[in-house]
Amino acid sequence: MNLFAYTIIAGVMYGIFFGLVGLGLNIVFGVLKMINLAHGDFIMLGSFLAYWLYTLLGVNPLLVIPIAVATFFLVGFPLYYAFVPRLLRSKDPEMLSFILFFGASQVIEAVIIFAFGNNQRSIPSDVFGSSGFVIFGQRFPIAWLITTLVALAAFGFVYWYLRHTRMGYATRAVMANRDEAMLSGIDVNRISAFVFCMGLALAAIAGVFSFFIIGSSSPSMGPELTTVSFAIIVLGSLGNPLGTILGGLIYGVAVMFMQSYFSSWADILPYVLLIAVMLIRPEGLVGKAARSA
Amino acid sequence: MLKKIFPSLGVVLVVVAMFLGLPSIYSNQSFLFNLMLYLALAEGLNIIYGFTGYLPFGYVGFFGAGAYGSAIAVTLLHISPLWGVLWGGVAAVLIGIILIPLLRLSGAYFAIANLAASQALYYVVSNPALEKITQGPYGIDLSSVYNANAAYYALLGVLVFAMVLVAFIRNSDFGLCLLAIKEDRVTASLAGVNIVRARSIAWMLSAFVAGLCGAVFGWYSAVFYPSTVFSLDVSVFTIVFVLFGGIGTLAGPLAGALILYSMYNFIGISTPQYFQLFYGLLIIALVLFLPDGIASILRKGKVYVP
Repeated sequence: MNLFAYTIIAGVMYGIFFGLVGLGLNIVFGVLKMINLAHGDFIMLGSFLAYWLYTLLGVNPLLVIPIAVATFFLVGFPLYYAFVPRLLRSKDPEMLSFILFFGASQVIEAVIIFAFGNNQRSIPSDVFGSSGFVIFGQRFPIAWLITTLVALAAFGFVYWYLRHTRMGYATRAVMANRDEAMLSGIDVNRISAFVFCMGLALAAIAGVFSFFIIGSSSPSMGPELTTVSFAIIVLGSLGNPLGTILGGLIYGVAVMFMQSYFSSWADILPYVLLIAVMLIRPEGLVGKAARSA
Repeated sequence: MLKKIFPSLGVVLVVVAMFLGLPSIYSNQSFLFNLMLYLALAEGLNIIYGFTGYLPFGYVGFFGAGAYGSAIAVTLLHISPLWGVLWGGVAAVLIGIILIPLLRLSGAYFAIANLAASQALYYVVSNPALEKITQGPYGIDLSSVYNANAAYYALLGVLVFAMVLVAFIRNSDFGLCLLAIKEDRVTASLAGVNIVRARSIAWMLSAFVAGLCGAVFGWYSAVFYPSTVFSLDVSVFTIVFVLFGGIGTLAGPLAGALILYSMYNFIGISTPQYFQLFYGLLIIALVLFLPDGIASILRKGKVYVP
């Protein structure tokens, strides 16, 4: 019973964090209808930013959040304008962007390995203090709680942005129909660029806190994270950012159960889940049957 | 029709002559073997990607299935390694049949689902719980049947098979059906193409080639691990070679693999990151400037690319 309760609670927290991992990918997909195959590598970049700021300057991971957001907006805008408009005009944007972002993922991984070597890095998990906290009689490290709260805050922010700001209204219009949004006078390119950067920034935030949940960070962890993120957003629903949290929760609880009860088969789970959902209910658990691809 | 078969035949003969003759000039057999391996894999991937547009990101899954299928047949059933190669191909086709439902997904969804499938297969094969059959993560030891020369010529056979297959598809009605599916599934099916059957056949042929390649690779390596034969690099390299050369042609993937793999071997093998960087940049440049590969340059000059 104790193991069961632990599994559920850990799964929920783990899942909320993985919701954040998928959120950036989903929001970019919603607006651009492109799969950012370098998503996992941006998470990795975020974790390296946090690692170096912590190791060299002793910056608390919570303070890295604004730095990460600023950095990735600065990087994201030129990236967007260099590639995306060109891709959108091409013959087959969906497939070509997929391959292009794959190339970008390779470049990022290689550059980071050049710069820092292909090593595992981690931030000690007692950076927020070594006290634990207790839920329903189960004790967890404080870093888990903080990570969960940050992830929830990120979801809260995206909700607020989409539902209560003018940019958010425009974003939802672009998500619904790009051409009609353009016809009604929305600057589609500006919105897309902004959301693209937001996706990268969210990935980076997930990266900053990845140490506490995943344990360590290495330059080559990108592709696996991308696959897991994709599994989560397909589970939640593609193009519906807030559905991501549901996907994350299912994934998190399922992973924790596998690890507690069938640990040798736990690695296979995200992949089987992904294939199963894509074949059975490709529009996701909360999505409308609106996927055109 | 005949006019178009001769250039294809020429390409096949040149490649065969090359790999028959090169061992006596150039003694690095392992390089020639790997080069041939990627030529064959590139043609195999070309069958599904070049003609139907399905990008199999998890192509390495078939390669690994082939390596393990044949290794298990050789170690547990004690059949000869040459027959084992065929078993490898069959194992890959079986995996292909299981994955046929994935073909209902389109574009990037298919690519990612296929990637996930190959990862799932990797975790199954490398699972310590299956140690009795697959040796789990500890790898397979085929050194009792090791025969590098025999494996070399077996691979040449596989390569010829792959090239003839692509040449046939390219010049047949079947190939035309596949190209129609690639352009527009709905229109193709309205025009009377049985798209489910055509794409499933292409998929299994493609899997078969990769399975044969994996089986010969296992034979040649004698000792291998799940992480080697399910390495995503195999998919990545093959995709880059095919894209660079030009999809949907016989000569394009061959040229792509020949040029890029030779470069990789002479420059990058000590620090793979140089090549990861180079490939990454190359992929980006190809997508932006030359989505149809180097074959499209020739085609612009009104040269027929077999």
